[in-house]
Amino acid sequence: MTTTRTTTPDPAAPGTTPDAPATTAGAPRRRGPALAWTLWAARRLGLAALTLWLVSVLVFVATAALGDPVKAILGKEAATNLGRAEQIREQLHLDESLWDRYWHWLGGLLTGDPGTSVANGLPVGELIGDRVVNSGVLVLIAAVVIVPVSFGVALVSARHRDKRLDHGIQLVVLTLAGLPEFVVGIVLVSVFSTVVFHALPAVTISAGGTAPWTQPASMILPVATLVLVVAPYVVRIMRSTLLDVLDSDYVDLARLKGVPERVVLRRHALRNAVVPGIQVIGLQLAWLASGIVLVEYLFSYPGIGASLVDSVRNSDVPMVQALAMIVAAVYVVVNLVADVLSILCTPRERTAISS
Amino acid sequence: MSATVPLDPTVTADDGAVCTVRGLRVALTGDGAQGVDVVDGIDLTLRPGEVVGLVGESGSGKTTIGTALLGHARTGAAIDAGEVVVDGHDVLGLPEDEVRMLRGEHVAYMPQDPASALNPSIRIGRQIVELLELRGIDTPAGRLERARAGLAEVGLPDDDAFLARYPHQLSGGQVQRVALAMAFLPRPKVLVLDEPTTGLDVTTQTLVLETMERLCEAHGVAALYVTHDLAVIGTIADRVAVMYAGRIVELGPRAEVFARPTHPYTRALLDAIPHVGQARSLSGIPGQTPQPGRRPSGCRFHDRCAFATDACATTDPAPVTIGTGHWARCLRTDALGPWDLDTGRVPDADPDAERDVVLAVDGLSVSYGRTRVVHDVSFDLARGECVALVGESGSGKTTISRAVGGLHRQWTGSVVLDGHELARSARRRTLSDRKRIQYIFQNPYLSLNPRQTVEQLVRRPMELFGIARGRQATDRVAELLDSVALAPATMALRTDRLSGGERQRVAIARALAAEPDVLVCDEITSALDVSVQGAIVELLEGLRTRHGIAMLFVTHNLALVRSIAARVDILSAGRLVESGPVVRVMEQPQQEYTRTLLDNTPRIA
Ligand code: SF4
Repeated sequence: MTTTRTTTPDPAAPGTTPDAPATTAGAPRRRGPALAWTLWAARRLGLAALTLWLVSVLVFVATAALGDPVKAILGKEAATNLGRAEQIREQLHLDESLWDRYWHWLGGLLTGDPGTSVANGLPVGELIGDRVVNSGVLVLIAAVVIVPVSFGVALVSARHRDKRLDHGIQLVVLTLAGLPEFVVGIVLVSVFSTVVFHALPAVTISAGGTAPWTQPASMILPVATLVLVVAPYVVRIMRSTLLDVLDSDYVDLARLKGVPERVVLRRHALRNAVVPGIQVIGLQLAWLASGIVLVEYLFSYPGIGASLVDSVRNSDVPMVQALAMIVAAVYVVVNLVADVLSILCTPRERTAISS
Repeated sequence: MSATVPLDPTVTADDGAVCTVRGLRVALTGDGAQGVDVVDGIDLTLRPGEVVGLVGESGSGKTTIGTALLGHARTGAAIDAGEVVVDGHDVLGLPEDEVRMLRGEHVAYMPQDPASALNPSIRIGRQIVELLELRGIDTPAGRLERARAGLAEVGLPDDDAFLARYPHQLSGGQVQRVALAMAFLPRPKVLVLDEPTTGLDVTTQTLVLETMERLCEAHGVAALYVTHDLAVIGTIADRVAVMYAGRIVELGPRAEVFARPTHPYTRALLDAIPHVGQARSLSGIPGQTPQPGRRPSGCRFHDRCAFATDACATTDPAPVTIGTGHWARCLRTDALGPWDLDTGRVPDADPDAERDVVLAVDGLSVSYGRTRVVHDVSFDLARGECVALVGESGSGKTTISRAVGGLHRQWTGSVVLDGHELARSARRRTLSDRKRIQYIFQNPYLSLNPRQTVEQLVRRPMELFGIARGRQATDRVAELLDSVALAPATMALRTDRLSGGERQRVAIARALAAEPDVLVCDEITSALDVSVQGAIVELLEGLRTRHGIAMLFVTHNLALVRSIAARVDILSAGRLVESGPVVRVMEQPQQEYTRTLLDNTPRIA
């Protein structure tokens, strides 16, 4: 009997099991919906906070506890330039115990003071504040473009399933998905600003502290690169989800009911395909938090990418820690938002929470 | 091909029809499948207020006809000839956009499985009024009023809380009735119902069918009721069309068709179905229903027909009139002779037969997690006896059988096999206990490993229990396959090459390979066509009488129980309601619940 499976699944799944008592709505034991939602939100937030805390421990251990930071920063100089070594030691509180240093650092992070850069003695917050905003804007603009573009392309592709248009889209999407981001960037640069046309600036020149988006033209290529890198994944997932949904009984019924095709697609199909879309966009945006480094480097965009590269090269421990925490926080927050949105868009899950 | 499509004599004479189908042909469109028809030469009329039952087994093309009335063919197929006129509109001649406009208001559709056909992310209130809204019928308030009235009409609550529910918050019967309300709301003239009650409990089924009948009558709707279930047709249809391999082979008024079935296929179907009213010796139809592309020339039934002659293989039979509005497509209607429903009748199992108990279940209570689903159930099973466990969904019948089979271990009470108590889970039972009780699952598509050949599957229990090995085992496999009516050539095949009925036979052969004393059969025929069910029942009957195997037969089908079991235990909500010899329970039910079940089971004639 080892090869046998039964069709009678877990009796806890009502409705699907012919032999399980069906639980209909209006079950006797019921908490108020408001309380249920509060508890649920609290659990989610608590989990996110716990994740971030674990990440902070990892980041701290990886950057501060392994090896001697002084040696890493000063290199050979560490043995000769004793004064500077002492200065760094003090700045990093190296004479305190690891535990105290960690709490010190965590306290600083929570109160908005992530420490002082070892490389140039300026507060970390001041050094990276603008850059975080710049990167955030870049990702945000890219996201705003990615969502409608990829949903639209997927819809067109699914609508023309296995026709020539669909095959063409599939080919382009697959090719793009196979290219690394710097190749996409370089191709764009050579087409639009150096070799073929000279229409767009190849690099972002932000003169003395002005934000890069004050020169919109210089944003176009970085945004385009991000869109071309991320959208193919979203398109592929959305297309296959849409195809499943278009094959479903409820889409068939909508057609047989006499609903016009565009309403079928918009109301019946897209609505049920949106959840996997949210999930994949969430994953991609989270990936962008660190994946953006190469793209920023390519276009000399003044974001966190360049800071990260510099700080790692200089072993600027406080900078690396702060940047690592920012990347982690983006990851956690984006995933949290994607999960919450998915649940809100799935009635079955939504009603499971409130009842 | 169209030369072989004669008109239904009733079609031309019929002017009151609201829907006329003539010479309809739907064919496959895929590569290499050109010219392969799914259905062909279909003539059919529907009159206002009438229910026409379209009955056929899987692969007969009945659903294809249903959706063709709405100008729709499933992916991979296309309507390529014929005429469908609904309410004065030529459905097949119109462009897609205009066909869409006909749907809903002129011809509506009630899906096979509303649970998956209602959109999971739209509240039912919105889904019900969607079409009215799109067509701009009435004001928002007026539409809401109509939705409420529609829900009330099908016996559902019409308050805001109910309208705000999502499909997953409704029970099976409620979903069905919502779909019914939705289909009736735009007041269609023609309604296509595609097996809408499959999988429902009998009481719910009766409710849905009654609601449907009432609405059709009240609104003068002509309904095409597509189903595989002759018994349901027998209770609701005014006229019956029997389909086989893409053709309507017999059509006539219900009473006529059931009293004087003519086409050999119709007769064979009637021979295969069980009745609540009498015990019958069920029989299958030899061979399988041919799929599109494999259908034989001439009369498509000729390779399975007991009356076939050489002419049948070459001549496509034209409809032959049998009575008023009753015809059959058969060349040999004169030679068939009379048919009587009672021919298949056999005496009920003797209620006073002596019993040699082999398995006794006492005080069985089963839980899943913290919920107890079966309460203090006791029954027993004698050698060579078939005991049926009957109940609606949620009654705990499958749970009991799983506990007995050792597949679920959270239970208390005792299960005694030949005088010694069994351990709770199969894993803790001795090898010989495991060998002596074998379990057959409901779904043969899931219970057999598709990577193994039939031989490997059937050999395994023999090797496991040390019954035979090597050459000897191979010989045994051949013998067992023979006893379940499978050709020796099947041995080398993997199960994914087999049909549902063949798979279930393999599952039975595998269970028999262990030489068990007790077979636990969990709804083993419910996923199969009736003709296949008939054959499986025939087979089990033979095994029981020849080998004296005791059978615990779990089912929701009371009619089947009458033909197969000697004793019956009726369950409701995890408790035993009534038990006793089949004939006594069915003829003189003592409990109200049993009576309700019996009353709601569809009867023929
Ligand atoms: S035509 Fe011949 S093969 Fe077909 S049903 Fe009649 S007797 Fe049988």
